[in-house]
Amino acid sequence: MNYIWLIPLFPLFGFLLIALNFKRFKGSYAGIIASTTVFSSFVFSAIVFANVLITKQAYTIELFQWIHFNTLSVSFSFLLDQLSAMMLMIVTGVGFLIHVYSIGYMKGDKGFNRFFSYMNLFVFFMLMLVMGSNYLIMFIGWEGVGLCSYLLIGFWFKNHNFNNAAKKAFIMNRIGDLGFLMGIFMLFGRFGTLHYADIFEQSQVLSVGDTNITIITLLLFIGAMGKSAQIPLFTWLPDAMAGPTPVSALIHAATMVTAGVYMVARSNILYALSPFTLLVIAIIGIATALLAGAIAVFQTDIKKVLAYSTVSQLGFMFLALGVGTFSGAMFHLTTHAFFKALLFLAAGSVIHALHGEQDIRKMGGLRKKIPITFLVFLIGTLAISGIPPLSGFFSKDMILMNVFHSGMLLWVVALIIALLTSVYMFRLLFIVFWGQPSPHADSTIHPHESPKSMTIPMMILAFLSILGGLFGIPEIFGGNEAISNYLAPVFAKSTALLIQNPHEVAANIELLLMIVPVILIFVIIYALYYYFVKRKNLPPDEMQKRGLFSKMAYNKFYLDEIYDFLFVKPGAWFSVFLQEIVELKIIDKFISKVGQVVVWTGKTIRYVQTGNVGFYLFAMVISIILILVLNLF
Amino acid sequence: MLTLSLILVPLIFTIVLFLLPDSKCVKHIALFGALLEFALSVFVLINFLYYCHCVFNYNSQFFQHLGISFSLNIDGLSMLMIILTTFLSPLIILSAFNKSSPKPPAFYALILLMEMAFIGVFTATNVLWFYIFWDLTLIPICFLTAIWGGKNKRVITVEFLIYTLVGSLLMLIAIIYLYTLTPGNHSFNIYSFYGLHLDYKTQVLACLAFFMAFAIKIPLFPFHSWLPKTHTASPTQGSMFLAGIMLKMGIYGLLRFIIPLCPLALGSSTFYAVVLSVVGILYSSIIAIKQTELKRLIAFSSLGHMGLIAAGVFSLTFNGIEGGILQVISHGINVAGMFYCYDIIYRRTKTGTIASIGGIASKAPIFSVFFMIILLANIALPLTNGFVGEFLILMGIFEYNAYLSAIAGLTIIFGAIYMLWMYQRIMYGETTEATQDFPEISLRESLVLSPLVIMIFWIGIYPKMFLHIAEPYVRDLLEVLTYKLK
Repeated sequence: MNYIWLIPLFPLFGFLLIALNFKRFKGSYAGIIASTTVFSSFVFSAIVFANVLITKQAYTIELFQWIHFNTLSVSFSFLLDQLSAMMLMIVTGVGFLIHVYSIGYMKGDKGFNRFFSYMNLFVFFMLMLVMGSNYLIMFIGWEGVGLCSYLLIGFWFKNHNFNNAAKKAFIMNRIGDLGFLMGIFMLFGRFGTLHYADIFEQSQVLSVGDTNITIITLLLFIGAMGKSAQIPLFTWLPDAMAGPTPVSALIHAATMVTAGVYMVARSNILYALSPFTLLVIAIIGIATALLAGAIAVFQTDIKKVLAYSTVSQLGFMFLALGVGTFSGAMFHLTTHAFFKALLFLAAGSVIHALHGEQDIRKMGGLRKKIPITFLVFLIGTLAISGIPPLSGFFSKDMILMNVFHSGMLLWVVALIIALLTSVYMFRLLFIVFWGQPSPHADSTIHPHESPKSMTIPMMILAFLSILGGLFGIPEIFGGNEAISNYLAPVFAKSTALLIQNPHEVAANIELLLMIVPVILIFVIIYALYYYFVKRKNLPPDEMQKRGLFSKMAYNKFYLDEIYDFLFVKPGAWFSVFLQEIVELKIIDKFISKVGQVVVWTGKTIRYVQTGNVGFYLFAMVISIILILVLNLF
Repeated sequence: MLTLSLILVPLIFTIVLFLLPDSKCVKHIALFGALLEFALSVFVLINFLYYCHCVFNYNSQFFQHLGISFSLNIDGLSMLMIILTTFLSPLIILSAFNKSSPKPPAFYALILLMEMAFIGVFTATNVLWFYIFWDLTLIPICFLTAIWGGKNKRVITVEFLIYTLVGSLLMLIAIIYLYTLTPGNHSFNIYSFYGLHLDYKTQVLACLAFFMAFAIKIPLFPFHSWLPKTHTASPTQGSMFLAGIMLKMGIYGLLRFIIPLCPLALGSSTFYAVVLSVVGILYSSIIAIKQTELKRLIAFSSLGHMGLIAAGVFSLTFNGIEGGILQVISHGINVAGMFYCYDIIYRRTKTGTIASIGGIASKAPIFSVFFMIILLANIALPLTNGFVGEFLILMGIFEYNAYLSAIAGLTIIFGAIYMLWMYQRIMYGETTEATQDFPEISLRESLVLSPLVIMIFWIGIYPKMFLHIAEPYVRDLLEVLTYKLK
């Protein structure tokens, strides 16, 4: 396993190669290099994955000591166990497909080479995040992917709206990162090390509800809120759609935004020790999923719908983590990576076909014009909505089943989240692909199917979206929940902590719990079909009046405006206040006053120096007399 | 002798340059001198890393009876400061090579004189000589600003000079007072100062006097108002020296004098010192958000970083001090890079107003990459030098007081806010009138920036050597501290 370090090195090498030759590479050259490096990583990841699968062992490879003095020792080392091997497969596999897709999508863009250098850099940092064997290496990746996200959102940097979105993403992530950093400090204070193995080893003896652990896990979770776009730090993700669509697919759907989920799953023992934090995570997950789902239903930009859908799905994963089903969250993370990447790529293909149009009100009837895109989009929609036997059904079912153990009410809430998914997804599907081309649409545009470099990756992802569920077929269907068993060694200790007496649900109830959502989803699909296809309703224009809730949701519940009012404006005002009043009027004035006093004293005392010898003599005599007199007393 | 030659080389070149007539090869001689000095310091470094420390002790017999012998020594702290100085000096000289406004020999002579004075400050073990070098550094920077500076250069130079001299004079009083307390024939030797057993009251007074001198130099809030002004008036080379090395003398002073000399006084007041530094961090970071002049923005950013370093040192924890020393080096490199990037923009556009610059990234992509890397190092992105230092500092403050660390940590958010805002405005967007034909950086300019970028990644990825040099020094310092506090 000594070749492990090659996995992140390939994309880093690709990044350097393209970055140093960005003026020399012509045509699709850079794209091919970038895809090759990620593919090489994928091949090695597959070997690692197979190795882990067979030997069921975890490997740690230390490269060198990074920060090492006194009692502090942080090494540059990688950990490969079931969890990171699985993430490796997702990052490099989906990453490779999106790289290939991008060759077609970005063709002819002036920044083609720059784009691929950033993409490779992103993969490098994402691999660091996933492979690191201590919290600080994870933090390198954590901040590094944030940087790449910033660079790629603002990729078309001539547009200041895009730049603002990029900046917003970076700053909101930084807010989370500060929490993460504080969590790291506290971990070091508590355990004296930052290596996973040592921390998890030591924390086994701790009792459930340890205050320190609660604070540590909460701080780390603040980092996850930023990175995985949870309330209150989620508003950056929809704005991040300013980046090229493959970026949205790779970074803002499949990989980076799931880093928070990975982090919590990685620290599962710590989280299992703190029921309070788990509760907080579940609540925030639910709130985010509902809020984002509601907003998604009323959006009119194809990428924005998908972005809010991502936020909502991430909230669903955090709900899973909150109820303690770490493998359920990881399973949903995996299937979500497949179908959400697919949906974004398909959306990109739609946008590509319409020469940059993103407003769904100006689409319609695309089913016949771009059949391959339609087909894969349909598969993605079916998968994300949880229609059996596509992948989303199984991963959602695993989570719902575990939520059911935690309580009926919670299950209903989770079900509503799952149903919201099908509402906004089928609404999108019907508006974009059914009906007639909208009267708003520019008649000069003739939609055309995308090139092979774009359709083939989509087809592979569609294939995975269909079959991804095979990893976790529940026992009731004769499966063995392969994914739970695979990940069991990683989550063994926390499972033991969380589930003292595993409740068994009767087979018929389990079946019922599966069938009810599916029936409801079909009802929703029919209702939406009736509303959008039969009745040919369209979302209202900007000018038209909306209902109160619709207006609120369409405007994202005015969260951006609220943040602006609460933080951005007062911050700017305070900055001006400090500059104009404190700095210039108080500190500066005071200093020059002191200077003036010195000058004034000098000027005043100067009059004593008259140059008259008689005066000097007089002063001398007076002084001597004074000294003598004073000495007498 | 090796240590002495570190002082002599720049001194000889200074004298030679003062005597030379103005000609084209003057700048090359200056560059050669600085490179020679750098080579020498690398030789010293290699010796330092692999041989006995005592080699660096130099003692002359002059004025021995008064205790003012000229004595030098190099320990871990000095070594790092020397390397920073000799590394930056050739780059600063190279940055002045400019066909459109050639500089006379005196300009280069002053730069080398300044380098000499810095080396003197960082190596002198005789406190009086330390003081002489300390104030000697002011002379070149004042002339550089007063002659080659920008708007209001004379007024600002005078204010700067008086302000810092007030601090130094207080320090001088403290030094002379401590001298009178030394046993026997009295001595200015720093080790005899360390040997003194001062009572609490004396320590408080000495601590206050030293603190004023160093607080003005660093500068700590609210003694900072001279810094943004001086930066705006100073030529780029002056700013690079000022922010890159001179401010660090304040941190050096804290470590050399206040901590070992007045541990009792410091022990009872570190909380206030850390709070003051943290207030300064927030103050300057928030002010930086709304700056309209690029140079003032860099100045306030640098102020915030210096506050963080001071807070790390005042936390009196191993991580805080070690991180502080590393960050002194890192920040010196980064801020010099920032000012040079400003210089590149200013020379091409003749303006430093952020609003009138824009779209440079599409005109000069290579430059935008250099600038971006330096900026990222400034906002402490992992794998750059800024991260290692600030991580250790914040960790040190966290060990001292978690809440203060969280507040100080806001700097990583504010840093991102003002730096990215600035970068977006000047580099992204559409080009403006001023940047319409912004030429890509020249080979010479990238020769200045490349070593800085190499150092950024070296310290960021493999800081072992730097941490290793500082470690024994910090250990000794903290041992002395715990011993004296008992």
